[in-house]
Amino acid sequence: MELLLTLLTIIMTAATPLLLAALGEMVTERSGVLNLGVEGMMVMGAVAGFGAAFMTGNPWLGVLASIVAGMAMSLLFGFLTLTLLANQVATGLALTLLGLGLSALMGESFVGQPGVKLPSLAGVDPLVPFSLAMVAATGWFLFRTKMGLIIRAVGNSHASAHALGYNVIAVRYLCVLFGGAMSGLAGGYLSLFYTPQWVENMTAGRGWIALALVVFASWLPLRILAGAYLFGTISILSFVLQAQGLGIPSQFLSSLPYLGTILALVVISGNKALTRRNTPASLGQPFVPDR
Amino acid sequence: MTEASATPLLEARNIVKVFGALRANDDVNLTIMPGEIHAFLGENGAGKSTLVKMIYGALQPTSGQFFWKGRHVIPASPSVARHLGIGMVFQHFSLFDSLTVAENIALAMPGPHDIAALSDRISKVSASYGLPISPTAIVGDLSVGERQRIEIIRCLLQEPQLLIMDEPTSVLTPQEADQLFVVLKRLASEGCSVLYISHRLEEVKALCDTATILRHGKVVAHVDPRKETAASLARLMVGGDIHAIKPRVSAARGGEATPRLELRHLSLPADGAFGVALKDVSLSVAAGEVVAIAGVAGNGQGEFFDAVSGERPVAADMMLLDGVALGQASITARRKAGAAFVPEERLGHGAVPTMTLSLNMILSRHAVDPALVSAGVLKPEGARVAAERIIKTFDVRKGKPDPEARALSGGNLQKYVVGRELELKPKLLVINQPTWGVDAGAAAAIRQALIDLAVSGSAVLVISQDLDEIFEIADRIAVISRGQLSEARPAQEMTREEIGLLMAGAHEDRKGAAHHAA
Repeated sequence: MELLLTLLTIIMTAATPLLLAALGEMVTERSGVLNLGVEGMMVMGAVAGFGAAFMTGNPWLGVLASIVAGMAMSLLFGFLTLTLLANQVATGLALTLLGLGLSALMGESFVGQPGVKLPSLAGVDPLVPFSLAMVAATGWFLFRTKMGLIIRAVGNSHASAHALGYNVIAVRYLCVLFGGAMSGLAGGYLSLFYTPQWVENMTAGRGWIALALVVFASWLPLRILAGAYLFGTISILSFVLQAQGLGIPSQFLSSLPYLGTILALVVISGNKALTRRNTPASLGQPFVPDR
Repeated sequence: MTEASATPLLEARNIVKVFGALRANDDVNLTIMPGEIHAFLGENGAGKSTLVKMIYGALQPTSGQFFWKGRHVIPASPSVARHLGIGMVFQHFSLFDSLTVAENIALAMPGPHDIAALSDRISKVSASYGLPISPTAIVGDLSVGERQRIEIIRCLLQEPQLLIMDEPTSVLTPQEADQLFVVLKRLASEGCSVLYISHRLEEVKALCDTATILRHGKVVAHVDPRKETAASLARLMVGGDIHAIKPRVSAARGGEATPRLELRHLSLPADGAFGVALKDVSLSVAAGEVVAIAGVAGNGQGEFFDAVSGERPVAADMMLLDGVALGQASITARRKAGAAFVPEERLGHGAVPTMTLSLNMILSRHAVDPALVSAGVLKPEGARVAAERIIKTFDVRKGKPDPEARALSGGNLQKYVVGRELELKPKLLVINQPTWGVDAGAAAAIRQALIDLAVSGSAVLVISQDLDEIFEIADRIAVISRGQLSEARPAQEMTREEIGLLMAGAHEDRKGAAHHAA
């Protein structure tokens, strides 16, 4: 029982950053914007969170700083792609490169410093229940509220939404900013709780997994939850297997969570009709209002 | 009916709209009285859509004023217009494929967000006006006629005082159109005005109380359409006579001559959740005849064109050209065998928008015209000469010597794309919606060219939604509905009513029964 509880806690800890980032990206993509810069926003969130907590001694200020850093990155992305109509794929990739480089520069003096850990409330890290609540909240918001319907409409056909009088660009800015905030928070979670220290490139590809999760989960919050926890579970399993020393190459074991999660999600995204209905049809297309 | 003393519901005074060098609307005046059905006529590019977009708040006039019930108003956005009581049914539907009917309608409704209550209201309105629709259906799964119903219901729920309809019957069967007229007349009798945009003059004569005619952005006449003839209305629209199509003696009759194109039990699975499957389509087209395929949009015309043109291969013996099985052949192989194709979309399918006309020439003729390409190397000069020739023969009007395809108006680009294929005198021409969105003058020229091609000995297969066009040019007519094709029969023997019934699916699955009986 004790062991099971410990395992569950470890799984949750591994799953939470993915869940946070993927939920944010899901909302962004539902509005029709493909932001491939999740990794870059996450790593900026991580360095900003660590830095703020380290300098003030207050981990909550660290959380706030990570959110702000993610949003600042996404605002840059929004300005380039929504206002200047730059290509979303190229801009997203550049955002990741920028984030990785800039965070390494900013975090140079933090390397090796002891971090400030986010305190647990009643034995649980507060961001874990928060991430679970966000699954319900984003699902309710997207499928039960008018604003959520507008976001889905904008992502489905921006020309139709514009014809009905909705401000496509404004809706997309808000969704991009939400995605940035969640990615930044996910990064902060890594440097404030998961491993409370700063290591260069500490996101280690989690942003890319979050991106894949969104697509293979057919842009549905509950499936993202399932995917994130599956990833967490396989990560722990591969650690256990490595500890057993079964002679399986460790490189293979550490790639297992990535492979396993994607395989499982490919299988569950087999329902073509459901996938088609939930895929934002105008994903990645720039919107120019007519004259 | 209107009274002379009443205040107009909507008045547009001296509206001017300038796009760059183009005066799309030049000092336009329009007065709509309460409860009248007002026709708004003009060729493509005359500026009709521009004016209604300004009334609906989607565009802002360069100068001029709007008065609503005598009061000066500025429709700054569609929501302002909707608030005034203006509803609009768009020519290109403004619907969201992956959302439900109720969600689509909710997006246009002010007030609290309650899908359940809204669904009840949708059901009530749809029952009361005879426009059946299920609130929970996904729009992508619906037919074009059903989608239009959603747009109309969306407008009706807002209890509009002015309903703008932009070419509503272009996507309907004759029976569906009649049903729509009943709805519109009922709305007018309840006091709602209708601004009705259409190319179909007979329809305007039957339905509308008054008509405003626009030519090159200017109002040229206000008339009572019931006192005009279709020909006199057309003259006002075009500013001259439209050439009547020359009658001809048909060279061949189906069945007697050897078929040039033969389709044998052609089947094709649906492409994706919103596609249509072709089921057991059989048809033959002889040299020298025009065969037309009628049908409401979205009944498999696109899939049919894809199968015949080779965009989606089928089993080899499902499609034969002069007896050679080509079902598996590529588009280029089919072109080399003497076929030519004109798809429905001009921009993006028939021509690359950002390429010049001469480069677009090479795209479809690279394998069959040695003047354009030799040994894999382009000959720009040859392409330019060929493009010039077509521009001259088909009277393609353009701004500069070799413009990008997207710079041409719809009608002119269509003339160019059709001319590109016709010039080679193909053995078989397959053309999808030859005059869709093309003005009357250009449409007449294209139809004449198709007939001339058939007279010169080619087989011509036309897919069209326009029954007037079909009766004008076709020797034989077949009807497609939900991926099934009716037997092609001589045009003289068919009536609009029969075709309407076939469009609604009267022949479906009967073919199977007939096989058994035989």
